[in-house]
Amino acid sequence: MAQGPISDIEAINGPSPEIELEARSVRRGVPEGLWIRCPSCKAAIFRKEAEKRLGVCPECDHHFYVSAKTRIEQVLDTGTFEEWDPDLLAADPLNFKDKKPYRERLVAERKLTGLKDAILTGCGMVRARRVAIGITDSAFIMGSMGSVVGEKLTRLTERATEQKLPLIIISASGGGARMHEGILSLMQMAKVSAALARYNQAGGLYISVLTNPTMGGVAASFASLGDITFAEPKALIGFAGPRTIKATIRIELPDEFQTSEFLLQHGYVDRIVHRNRLKAEIARTIDYCVGW
Amino acid sequence: MKTDFYLPFETSLKNIQAEIDAASGQQDGSSEQQEKIRQLRQQWVDAAREIYSNLTPWQTVQVARHKDRPHTVDYLSLVFDEFVELHGDKFFGDDRAIRTGFAKLDDRKVMVIGHQKGRNYQERTENYFGCAHPEGYRKAMGKMKLAAKFGLPVICFIDTPGAYPGVGAEERGQAQVIAESMFLMSQLETPIVCIVIGEGGSGGALGIGVGDKVAMLQHSYYSVISPEGCAGILWKSSEFAELAADALKFTSKNLAELNVVDDVIEEPIGGAHRDPHEMANRVKKYLLQCLDELSQLPKSSLAQNRYQKFRKLGMFLEPEVSR
Repeated sequence: MAQGPISDIEAINGPSPEIELEARSVRRGVPEGLWIRCPSCKAAIFRKEAEKRLGVCPECDHHFYVSAKTRIEQVLDTGTFEEWDPDLLAADPLNFKDKKPYRERLVAERKLTGLKDAILTGCGMVRARRVAIGITDSAFIMGSMGSVVGEKLTRLTERATEQKLPLIIISASGGGARMHEGILSLMQMAKVSAALARYNQAGGLYISVLTNPTMGGVAASFASLGDITFAEPKALIGFAGPRTIKATIRIELPDEFQTSEFLLQHGYVDRIVHRNRLKAEIARTIDYCVGW
Repeated sequence: MKTDFYLPFETSLKNIQAEIDAASGQQDGSSEQQEKIRQLRQQWVDAAREIYSNLTPWQTVQVARHKDRPHTVDYLSLVFDEFVELHGDKFFGDDRAIRTGFAKLDDRKVMVIGHQKGRNYQERTENYFGCAHPEGYRKAMGKMKLAAKFGLPVICFIDTPGAYPGVGAEERGQAQVIAESMFLMSQLETPIVCIVIGEGGSGGALGIGVGDKVAMLQHSYYSVISPEGCAGILWKSSEFAELAADALKFTSKNLAELNVVDDVIEEPIGGAHRDPHEMANRVKKYLLQCLDELSQLPKSSLAQNRYQKFRKLGMFLEPEVSR
């Protein structure tokens, strides 16, 4: 426990999402311990207080990681979530092995997170408005998209199209397309984007919510295709990892580079939404856009 | 044999070539001499065939990046009768890493879109080594819409290490444009044929890669991440790129097995760079064959079929119980 909170905080606050597929430790919710130190303002805060504020620092509004499950509780009306396709499991199409076989990694990640893969999908109510919802979880192999994430999002989108439901996708994916499934992961970007194009054609409302971190192939596919794009404050969002960019162009990166505020400034985000306003903002947007 | 640059695994070819050159230099016109050269040439062909039919993934990457490998502009001059370049994204600039324009393929009018790496240092710098910025993808999208409006098929040549990682690229929406381009291509009501001619680098490649037909040249590669990038993340050092290359299974053979590509276009003996004309002939033949086939289909079913094609990609396990 002595080292737990500190490494958690470091992991949550790590500026480069691609660096620590392995190095990171358990990352479930606000770090363990009665008191925790906010990685942003360094204040010692009472853990329960942060949790009560939906995982937001009471001193400086730093948004901590929250799991996909917690996210559901925060965004949907209590007890309304119905999970879709809960049993899909990653195959190991390439028989991939780096320092550790992908199969073993999957088993470990499932145990660590209690998730089967990096996403939950289903339907539920947002202040009594029925929606289709998908949430990626950065604790599971950096929230990266392999065949399971791609397939579940595609089915979600297809069902939202059939059932004429507003679609909400909340992204927390620092890993982009999952390397361990090679080209098939890359192809999920095209698959989900194509499903969203059909949904769009049919007149559906898609709200994309970008949270820390949303990078690479996830940013370069479904996360950027919303009719409306929200971002949580100070999330890391971008295509190439900051380390890669630094290594390529060899200059110091601007302070707010690849943050939600940077994206807002450059025109890629409609609104920056504090976590305690997210549910209300989603409901309001649906009310403005009801076409179905 | 039209290259002076030998890859590390081609020493035997280099040596045989040296013998051929020596023998040719002291040619006395005797039939013995002629016969010797003929035999050496045969040896060279046998050795090249042997090497190139057993390339490792890492060697494939080296061939795909070979400095003399034909690029988009080479195919533009060898495959097409005319190319009318159309510049600019009408928003920010003209990205030289992606070339777009009208072209004539025999009697067919088409729109060609292709990455261009550049042959010499100056070109490579101007083209950012074939790594496109957002304006490149915006330009491509603009020309695709133009093509669809006037019923021209779209042909994409993919050859990029990846989309450019830089400050300007992020400021101008690199992620956004790649997503939008796939979104657009998936619905475009005109035939699209994509060929990976060298490097198929991740999102930068897929950004112009959503087609009715997707093919690869035999010794090209197409990957979710570069082997160096993958090694840097999973092995903590790009020195392990060769191991990453093995693990990523990105050769044309692998991708055909995974149904990610429809066809693999065989390369001349010793690789496309040794006989660009022959390679261009094969590419042309393939394109004509695809366009013949796709032009039979009604426009409305093109996007429908394209959707189903990509819809099927992916491998996962699904226990029966849930259904």
